[in-house]
Amino acid sequence: MPPKAGFSRAKNVGYDDDDMYDDYSEEEYVGDGEGEGMSEEDKEQMVAGMVKVREALGSEYNKVKEVDIQDALWNYYYDVGKSVTFLKNKYAPKAPAPVKPKEVSRFDQAAGAADAKAPTSTGKHMLSCGTESRARTVSNLAMSGDGESIASLCEALRDELGAMSRKSPFTERTTRSQAPSCASDYTSARTKDFFWDVPWGNVPCSRLATITAQPAPYKGGLLGGSSKLAALAARRKQKQQEETAAKADVTTNGLTADKAVALLDRLHIRENPASAPIRDDTKPRYPKKRSDTPPPPEPATVDDEPIPEPQGIRIEFPNLRAKQPSMFGAILCGSPEEPRNPHIESALSNFPLPYANAKTFTDADPFSKPSPDDLVRQAQARSAGTTKAKTKTRGGTDGEKLAESVEKLVVETKVRSKNLNVVDEYRKCGLKRVANFVVIGHVDHGKSTLMGRLLYDLKVVDERSVDKLRQEAETIGKSSFALAWLMDQTPEERGRGVTVDIATVPFETEQTSFTILDAPGHRDFIPNMIAGVSQADFAVLVVDAQENSFQSGLKGQTKEHALIVRSMGIQRLIVAVNKMDTVSWSKERFDKARQATTAFFETASFSLKNITFIPCAGLSGDNVTKLVTDENAEWYSGPTFLEALEASEPKPRALERPLRLTINDVFRGSGQNPLSISGQIEAGTLQIGDVVLTLPSRETATVKAIELPDGSPADWAVAGQIPTLHLVDIDAVHLRLGDLLCAPTDPVRLVKSFTCKMLAFEHVMPQFVDVFRGKQQATGLITALASILNKNTGEVTRRKPRIVRPGEVARVRIELEGSAGLPLEVGGRIVLRDGGRTVGAGLLESYT
Amino acid sequence: MKLLRQQIEAKTGAGSATLLPEEPEDMWHAYNLIQTTDQIRAKAIRRISKDMGAGAVTSQRIALDLTIAVTSTDFDLASNELHVAGRVVSENEHVKLGSHHTLDLELNRKFTLEKVDGWDSVAVGMLSEACNTSSRAEMWAVVMGEGMANICLITEHQTILRNRVEVAVPRKGKGHMEQHNKGLEKFHSTLLGTLQRDMEGAKRDAQTEKTVPLLLASAGFYAQAFLQFVKEHAVRSGNKFLQALVPSIVVAHSAGEHVHNLAEVLASPACTAKLSDAKFTRETALMDTFMKHMRLEDGRAAYGPREVERAVESGAVGRGGGVLLISNTLFRSHNLAERKRWVALVDRVKDVEGGEVRVLSSLHESGKRLEALGSVAAILTYPLEEMDEEEEDVANGVHANDEEMII
Repeated sequence: MPPKAGFSRAKNVGYDDDDMYDDYSEEEYVGDGEGEGMSEEDKEQMVAGMVKVREALGSEYNKVKEVDIQDALWNYYYDVGKSVTFLKNKYAPKAPAPVKPKEVSRFDQAAGAADAKAPTSTGKHMLSCGTESRARTVSNLAMSGDGESIASLCEALRDELGAMSRKSPFTERTTRSQAPSCASDYTSARTKDFFWDVPWGNVPCSRLATITAQPAPYKGGLLGGSSKLAALAARRKQKQQEETAAKADVTTNGLTADKAVALLDRLHIRENPASAPIRDDTKPRYPKKRSDTPPPPEPATVDDEPIPEPQGIRIEFPNLRAKQPSMFGAILCGSPEEPRNPHIESALSNFPLPYANAKTFTDADPFSKPSPDDLVRQAQARSAGTTKAKTKTRGGTDGEKLAESVEKLVVETKVRSKNLNVVDEYRKCGLKRVANFVVIGHVDHGKSTLMGRLLYDLKVVDERSVDKLRQEAETIGKSSFALAWLMDQTPEERGRGVTVDIATVPFETEQTSFTILDAPGHRDFIPNMIAGVSQADFAVLVVDAQENSFQSGLKGQTKEHALIVRSMGIQRLIVAVNKMDTVSWSKERFDKARQATTAFFETASFSLKNITFIPCAGLSGDNVTKLVTDENAEWYSGPTFLEALEASEPKPRALERPLRLTINDVFRGSGQNPLSISGQIEAGTLQIGDVVLTLPSRETATVKAIELPDGSPADWAVAGQIPTLHLVDIDAVHLRLGDLLCAPTDPVRLVKSFTCKMLAFEHVMPQFVDVFRGKQQATGLITALASILNKNTGEVTRRKPRIVRPGEVARVRIELEGSAGLPLEVGGRIVLRDGGRTVGAGLLESYT
Repeated sequence: MKLLRQQIEAKTGAGSATLLPEEPEDMWHAYNLIQTTDQIRAKAIRRISKDMGAGAVTSQRIALDLTIAVTSTDFDLASNELHVAGRVVSENEHVKLGSHHTLDLELNRKFTLEKVDGWDSVAVGMLSEACNTSSRAEMWAVVMGEGMANICLITEHQTILRNRVEVAVPRKGKGHMEQHNKGLEKFHSTLLGTLQRDMEGAKRDAQTEKTVPLLLASAGFYAQAFLQFVKEHAVRSGNKFLQALVPSIVVAHSAGEHVHNLAEVLASPACTAKLSDAKFTRETALMDTFMKHMRLEDGRAAYGPREVERAVESGAVGRGGGVLLISNTLFRSHNLAERKRWVALVDRVKDVEGGEVRVLSSLHESGKRLEALGSVAAILTYPLEEMDEEEEDVANGVHANDEEMII
């Protein structure tokens, strides 16, 4: 039954050089049991050692107990010197062993009492250090009630624990600091009658052992909570309580108690003989269980020294005296008259938990309160200042609350619509006229430079940035491009001196807020130009005054652009005869250009009254915003280019119609607005909070914010404006350039085949064409040439033609390839292109 | 395709041919060759259920040779798979006469094709063309724009869209230049990655060391910019495959980023120089000639079944430049009378009139253009007048300037 001496010694051998033994409280060491396990040789040595030690100690230490001497010798392996030092140390300073004035925590007492009266508890804690087999012996002993042998065993276990604790500096420190207080507390009279009814109470002081627990890492215990976190939570909770309650004696800290109970409850197993046989079956579970469940917060430790945790939080425990014995205590002392709960017993017959019988346990509902983890999280959230974090509670009862809180969160993020009557707002606010114009013309006729000059003279861009551009342009030998670079921003555009994509730049005059849509002149980028034209109210056609350049333009994109603009429904046209400075403001050149262009417009069925001719020079800035100063230009008395712009009426806006907006750009607006689009509102109105439908992806999005072209935020936007919309509730993959945003209540249909009137620019026969609707594009097949129409009356002049000649108007049937189709409406305008040439422009008549 | 055995009587056209498809494209040839009512014999795997009595049924899979009379064919372009459905015409111990079966024709597995009505001239022509392995022009093409590209494989008879790359490139604007450049960079790397995967995969499948030329086509200088990116990437990454590829890259101009924009590319001098002998470039050139005549309205072009037949009857598609362009879709017609009509037309042009006949693949751009025109067109040797049905030329645009135009 008792451990063999060799066993115990073997353990101690490896422990002889310990420096911590001096600090270690030795007084609980029990010598009684020692003799039983000692060999003859040991006994001899012990007797000899005793004599020597007594001598060395001298008379002033004659109070030293024999037991202690034996103990010391045993532990120091009969090294007299060390034993003497130890004993001196031990007896000299604290002979009167003053009772600590500090309040003893409830747990402390519970643990202390348990320790004092039930040595099993020692075993229990040591088990957590891994000396499992011996601990089991201890528990067996506990059942048989052999106090002495238990004590001796406990001692052995203690040694081992000491050895272990040395491995970890942390434990060592705590052990060291705790020892004296334990020593005093455990013997204190106050604890004596705390558990007066414990059957094995009143264990002599000499048999007491110390609970030394190694704080195990948190592994998600069965009942939750790591010791540190729990301690932190407990501390916070207590602080709270202290604040509220004025009492000096703080009322109970239920959580701490429960926690302690939960962890220490299991000790009861050893006192419950009924459960013993079954416990054997479940034996292998214990180590696991223990490692799962972290030991309770070590109160004695933190009393003296804070647990070295990162936050450096000190943990204080309330006076447990103020309350009834804890559940732990109750269980530990297990009142025998407690009625057993047959229901519980049967329920747990397969897996009886020893403390399941205790009333406190059966009544306790561990999940009724927030778990320690939750408490900690709550506390952390509070300390971090995040008030939003909701306490997540376990159990179904709080599920609804949780759902509710989540719902609330959603509501908070949702964009709220102000439900404005945008049309009224628009009329009330007296906004400036909004006009967008597209700048078209042949490549290198000076579109971008003219626009750059306009912006520069209107002080939309500051001198410094222009000077910078000028410098950059000069370094690559293209100084004349500086103004154009205000428009052409990509390295490719600058390097090649060609506009590739539409540049959208806003500027304001006193009456109107304009948006420039600077279109590329190069034939390859006509798709981009079409996208620009679809947003414009009127057009500025820039032609070069120089003869050669003018002629090549008339054959090229001057013509093509004008036709596209015309067939896209733009009537108003300003023809800027550019580069007048290069022809020294020759009236003759101007008139020639005017005549040639007019002749072409007549054939293209422009109404001439809507066309204004302005001579100007973009590079020098003559007649752009200020009148020309050149003396050769005295013949000209007309308006400046800017005046002509202001004289242009924008198209009537379809405010009352359902929303239509063609996406011209998709980008990342900013950190808060990860998804933004811009484009012109073709019809209808828009306000923050509106839900819009995207086509052809058929997804919905919510408008989070609206920005006007000049960057100012707005609550709403109306047709004609080109706002930036910050969208939420949609993924970027659903938004592509050219997609249509429309009102979900009145969406556009995605059309796959349709009939349209087509004005042919080239020969058209049944063929494949690219169908452009603004930026949007699809491949279509002209399946049938139905008829040639009279240009003005619309009468059918010829049925089923073989081919449509340029300039003829025909009714054709077009089928789109691919699955998506285009969002088209009756009356919508399309451009048909093939092989880099615009073959025609169409007006949708009907679709299927 | 390998012709293993041929027993076709020259006079009547009766007989059969045993063929072994070796390349993915051979499946396309087989698809064009196999007609409904043809009989095809190939190895098949069929699950045979046996009634063991008392309701017990055992089934096992048996490999056996089956002969079926074709009722329909199904060609999957993406995977080059050909499924031929039909009814069993030769009985054996497992399969009853007349039961249905669908043969999956596979590469490197022979099949025997027998035409009930005999092999006509077009079929024989197709057969010899299919078995001619000497001219195997092949080219990868990328038709691209900003943020969008189509990766195609152009072979002798097919233009296969292998992949489409679409990356949103934010446009230029106030403070968005970063995003634009980033988007472009991402687009280029995505495109290159996809292209490389496609090309390397195809190379693995073909098991050749030959580097297939690559054509980059775009409007503007997108292709040029991409080529620059490829070159830089090849140097930086030290990728052997790319480094070998770079010298064989051709840059051409196309109007847009769509597959049908390839037509223009294939007619461009850059391509014809490299691929002048390839079938598809010749066909593209012919289609362009046809279009030119159409535009000139010189009466030397005819399109549509009725018009072309009329032209052939009048002898306009004959010696000295007469070309009949006909899409192979017409010969795939399930309607036998329809097929015979076109075979007769082809025979007449070839044998009687002495004109040139071009069967255009419907998988090429030229074939697609032809299909839009009714799958048949002809370039005539002399102008035919009055081809429009209702030629009642009303004076157009006389009072043009007075009224608003209807469009």
